[in-house]
Amino acid sequence: MKEPLVKIRDLSKLYPTGGGGFLALSELDLDIPAGAFMALVGPSGSGKTTLLNIIGTLDSQTGGEIEVLGHKVDTLDARQSAALRAEKIGFIFQSYNLLPVYNVYENVELPLLLLKMDKAERHEAVMQALKWVGITDKMKSRPNQLSGGEGQRVSIARAMVKRPKLVLADEPTANLDTENSVNILDTMLQINEETGTTFIFATHDQKVIDYMKRVVTLIDGKKAKDDLKTGN
Amino acid sequence: MLKFVLKGLIRDRSRSFFPVLIVTAGVLVTVFLTAFMSGYMESMVRQNARFDTGHVKIVTNAYADKISQKPYDLGFIDSESDFEQWKRDFPSIRWTPRIYFGALMDVPDEEGNTLEQGDVFGMAIDLWDPGAVQDIHLQEALVQGRIPQAPSEILISQELFSKLRLQLDSTVTLLGSTLHGAMSFQNYIISGTVSFGVHALDRGGIVTDIEDARLFLDMEGGASEYFGFLPDGIYDDGEATKIKREFNARYNSEDEFAPQMLALTDQNDLGFMLSYAGLALGLINVVFILIIAIVLWNAGLLNSIRRYGEFGLRLAMGERKGRLYKWLLVEALAVGVVGSLIGAALGIGLIQYFHVHGIDFGAFTQDTSMMVENVVYLSADTKNLILGIIPGPVATVLGAMLAGIGIFRRNTAKLFKELET
Repeated sequence: MKEPLVKIRDLSKLYPTGGGGFLALSELDLDIPAGAFMALVGPSGSGKTTLLNIIGTLDSQTGGEIEVLGHKVDTLDARQSAALRAEKIGFIFQSYNLLPVYNVYENVELPLLLLKMDKAERHEAVMQALKWVGITDKMKSRPNQLSGGEGQRVSIARAMVKRPKLVLADEPTANLDTENSVNILDTMLQINEETGTTFIFATHDQKVIDYMKRVVTLIDGKKAKDDLKTGN
Repeated sequence: MLKFVLKGLIRDRSRSFFPVLIVTAGVLVTVFLTAFMSGYMESMVRQNARFDTGHVKIVTNAYADKISQKPYDLGFIDSESDFEQWKRDFPSIRWTPRIYFGALMDVPDEEGNTLEQGDVFGMAIDLWDPGAVQDIHLQEALVQGRIPQAPSEILISQELFSKLRLQLDSTVTLLGSTLHGAMSFQNYIISGTVSFGVHALDRGGIVTDIEDARLFLDMEGGASEYFGFLPDGIYDDGEATKIKREFNARYNSEDEFAPQMLALTDQNDLGFMLSYAGLALGLINVVFILIIAIVLWNAGLLNSIRRYGEFGLRLAMGERKGRLYKWLLVEALAVGVVGSLIGAALGIGLIQYFHVHGIDFGAFTQDTSMMVENVVYLSADTKNLILGIIPGPVATVLGAMLAGIGIFRRNTAKLFKELET
C-alpha cells in the first residue's frame, strides 16, 4: 500500500502557560494521501492552525509522531525543515500576505529565487502560475492595486509556482465575497485535479467545506469526525 | 536575490531614504570634522615651525631649560664655525639662525622727546637669506612699505604701528639689554608693516635682520636658536626624531652651553597635542559609529516590527533565518555605502570650498598665545577621508545586526503567527 503524504500518530501539542499548559492537539491520528483536497474544520481553538503549522514544519509537536512527505517533523533541524518548505510545501493565507513593494510578477517569483532557479526557468514557471489563476494581465500591478479576489489569486500562484507536493491554506476565503470565494475554490480544485497537488485547508467557511473531498473535524484538539464525501 | 532585495529597498522609502539621510548627515559631519581637525593641526604645526620651533632647532642646554622665556642671554655666541659644521653634518636640512628678544620701543616727537612707548617682541632672522624670508612668509605678511634693504631697518606689526601712530620711514629707538646685562640703545627706521595672521605675533612684534640684533644685543656671531627645516618643507616626526638623536649623540654633553637639538614635538606641548588630535579624530569616528548605530538600531527595530509579516512569509516559504539575517545586513550595507558616498561627496565639496576660502577664527584667537593661523584651511587626505567614510557602513551594519537579533530570537511559528495579525 502506498505511504500517505502526511502520517500522524497520537499527535499532541502542549503550549506552556501559567496554569500548567494548554493542550492544543491531543491523541490525534490521521493519514492524508497524496492528491487529497481536504479541510480541517472546527471551532476557534480546536487546533486547526496548530496542526497546519506542524504539517508545514513551522512548529513541532510535543508528543506522538508526524511524518510529512517522508520526513519525521521532530527530527528535522532548521535547515532541513526550511529546505522542505522551500521545495515541497506551499502556503496560502487568509490575508494573502503579498509584499507591497513588489509587483504581482515579483511576488510570485520570490519562492523560486529562494530555490536559486535560473532566470529563464523562473520566468516560465511564473507565467505558468499566473496563467493557472488567470491573472497575467495584472502582473505589473502592485498588491494595493488588486481586488481581494485578485490578491488571493496571486497568493495561490505564489504557492503553486514551485509545483509543491502539498499546499496548506489557512482560511483562504475569509476575506472574500461569495463570488470570489467560489472562483478561488474552482481554481484550486482545478489545480488539484490537473497536477495532483495535495491541498489541506483550515476553515470555518461552509462554501469551502462544500468543495472538499474530505472533511476532518477537530474539537478541543481531538479528531471528532473524518468524513470522506461520496464519490471521492 | 540581490537585485530583488535592492529593488525592495529602493521602493520602500522608509527602509532606504530615511536611513540613507541619517548616514549621509553623519558621514558629512565626520568627514568635515576630520578635515577641520586636520587643517587646524596642520596650521598649528606649520605656524609653530615657521615662527617658534622649526622642524628641529638647536639651542644650548641652558636655553632649553628656560625655553619658554626665550633667554637670548643663554644663547650661542661666536658659533658661526660650529654652525657651518652642523650644516655640513646635516646637508639635507635647511638651517637658519634666529634671535628672539624683548625690548621697549620709544617713539620720539619732532624735538626728540618721547611721544609714545610700547613693549615689543623682536624676531631677528637672516633677511638676506631668501629661504629665511620665505620661512615666515614675510613678503605675503607685508601690509605696507618694503622688506628692509639696509642695516638698521625694521618691520613692525601693523597693529603696533597703528597703536603708536607711526609713519613709514620714521625713526624709533629700541631700549633693551645686551647679552651681558648692559643697557642697550639703537635707532631703527621703519621700512614697512606686517601682519602674520597670528595674534600672538601681530600684537607687538618687530622683525629685524639678525646682524642688527647681534649688534643691539652684543651677540657677535651668535644666535639664540638655529632652526632646521626638513627638505620637502613638511614635518615628519620620525625623520626629525632620527636627526635629533643623531645630533645629540654627536654634540650634546653635560656642559650648560653645549648644543642640544629639539624636534618640533618636543616643544610647546606639540607632541601631546598632535597625539591628542589623533585620539580625538578616532573618538569622533567611534562616537559617530555609536550614535548612528543606535539611531539605525532603533529605526531597524521599528522597521523589523513593520516587516515581521514579510519575514514570517519568507521563513514560511523556506528561507533560512541565517539567510534572512544576511540579506538584512546586505540591505544595511547598501544603505551605509550609498549614504557614505553621498555624505563623502557633499563633505568633499564643503572641504574644497573651505580649503580655498578657509574659516576665519580671528575673532576667537585675539587673546591667545597659540601659534594658529587666524584663517584655518580645511585639509582632507585620503586616509582621513576613508576614516570618515568607514563609520557609515559599520554603523548601518551594526544597527541592523542589533535589530536583527530580535528575528533570530523569535521562533518561526511566532513570526508566522504575526503574519496573520
